[in-house]
Amino acid sequence: MTLMERMAMTDQPLLRVEGLTKRYGQRIGCAEVSFDLYPGEVLGIVGESGSGKSTLLSCLAGHQRADLGRIVYDGRDVLAMPETERRRLSRTDWAYVHQNPRDGLRMGVSAGGNVGERLMAVGARHYGEIRGKAADWLARVEIAADRIDDRPSAFSGGMQQRLQIARNLVTGPRLVFMDEPTGGLDVSVQARLLDLLRGLVRDLGLSVIIVTHDLAVVRLLAHRLMVMKSGRVVEQGLTDQVLDDPQHAYTQLLVSSVLQV
Amino acid sequence: MTEQLDAGAYNFAYLDEQTKRMIRRAILKAIAVPGYQVPFASREMPMPYGWGTGGVQVTAACLVPEDRLKVIDQGADDTTNAVSIRRFFQRTAGVATTEATAEATVIQTRHRIPETPLKAGQILVYQVPIPEPLRFLEPRETETRKMHALEEYGLMHVKLYEDIARHGQIATSYAYPVRVEGRYVMDPSPIPKFDNPKLGNNPAIQLFGAGREQRIYALPPWSRVESLDFDDHPFRPSKAPHRCDLCGAGHSYLDEVITDDAGGRMFVCSDTDFCAGRRARGHRGRLAAEASAPPPHPSPTRGEGGAPSDGLAQGGAALASPPPRGEGLGAGGAGPEGTA
Repeated sequence: MTLMERMAMTDQPLLRVEGLTKRYGQRIGCAEVSFDLYPGEVLGIVGESGSGKSTLLSCLAGHQRADLGRIVYDGRDVLAMPETERRRLSRTDWAYVHQNPRDGLRMGVSAGGNVGERLMAVGARHYGEIRGKAADWLARVEIAADRIDDRPSAFSGGMQQRLQIARNLVTGPRLVFMDEPTGGLDVSVQARLLDLLRGLVRDLGLSVIIVTHDLAVVRLLAHRLMVMKSGRVVEQGLTDQVLDDPQHAYTQLLVSSVLQV
Repeated sequence: MTEQLDAGAYNFAYLDEQTKRMIRRAILKAIAVPGYQVPFASREMPMPYGWGTGGVQVTAACLVPEDRLKVIDQGADDTTNAVSIRRFFQRTAGVATTEATAEATVIQTRHRIPETPLKAGQILVYQVPIPEPLRFLEPRETETRKMHALEEYGLMHVKLYEDIARHGQIATSYAYPVRVEGRYVMDPSPIPKFDNPKLGNNPAIQLFGAGREQRIYALPPWSRVESLDFDDHPFRPSKAPHRCDLCGAGHSYLDEVITDDAGGRMFVCSDTDFCAGRRARGHRGRLAAEASAPPPHPSPTRGEGGAPSDGLAQGGAALASPPPRGEGLGAGGAGPEGTA
């Protein structure tokens, strides 16, 4: 793809969300969320627990059905799509990295099988090629080649998370949803994972929506930031702008609550 | 019908007519959608789950008084499961029975397809323990149904991938998953993968009944059935690399029988009717002479299986079965029960 084509493409948002609302009975999950996500862009969503950020992410990824609003991916209305198509999309063009790798991995299947599953789901039927690709992706997420036939249950938490990322990226998705990808990892492992993610996002030109409560993570990864409170977006803008010059009272509280070492 | 029965309290073939009607509707739907698992209201049968309650209900729904029934268990006509189900239908339906594959109109089977090619007009009924091929990969029923509906079968190949990664080849040797008519992935019940090629293009109707799981599925005649595999690890049916020690057959599925505690063993056809038929035609295997040396003595299980068939099926069945019957007993005396 030439640079001109790339620039022409970036005129069109990859994902456009309009007035997305999800209610749990009388309570609001998230309300009237709208944003555009352009190709290659990383959007961070921050907020305290219960602010609706995970609800928003699962509505976007199709795990839950939104009550109101529109989600347009690549010119197609996701909510109006038949389920077959939506599930195919979530196997090929989309990826979802769970906070707990146990939710995103098959713990009874070897690392190679975990990475190969998406390939086989889209029709790969050549064992040698599947294994080759799996080995390649394990190397890219810094898992030793001789661990390819080990089960994830024999892996450390950081390795499991890296394996989950490899498993998701193997089919070359364009849009990645991440739900607290660094949650539950100690800081040194977190730092390596963030480093890895930043490299992958840049090299593959991925669009990412990353939900986290860790401001350091979004500072490092996200281009743009959305701050949520009680199900609503209270502030959005460029990451550095929002973090360095917070306008909304809640954002100010959030930024000032970060512990300094 | 009832006047033919000694146990006159039962309806023909044990189940009441409305139940049989319900099962037939499920069977018709299963045949209309090859490989699709049709739920049905499975009844409590007078035998434990795991002994063929699904197969028995399908057989009961298919039987008519003119039928000639054959029941096999791991290919053998004389093992406990086969004998008890055959007796069950002799008592409750009064139908003729046979051990000859070619003469049977309905064959209920556990874990084998007979070696003798089936013909149009025959019905092969399988006993199925777990009908869902995806079950051990995905425990949620809601999810597996959705996967069938949306044709998401990548997971099935993950299982085969794991086999190759761990064993260097596809080690699944029975219940080998197949794809029917390019649509549904189906568990062919725990038949050896040696039998998989016989599933497709078969002129007989093949019905699968799972009693505990309450599912019926089917392969209509001449269905296209493909065993799943990888391009570089193609499906290969496998059997023990030996010849039958009794009839010398080199192309039938074999059971290994331990004959003593000093490492002695023999390989015999798992299909007893096929083996006996070959020996009746004069074929001899490595151990045929010593195996048939002891004078044939009547077997209690064989006797039960064969005797009542005199009532209705004097002709072919009676002619074909008696000579091999004695030999089969002498040969298998070492213990076909042990292999079952």
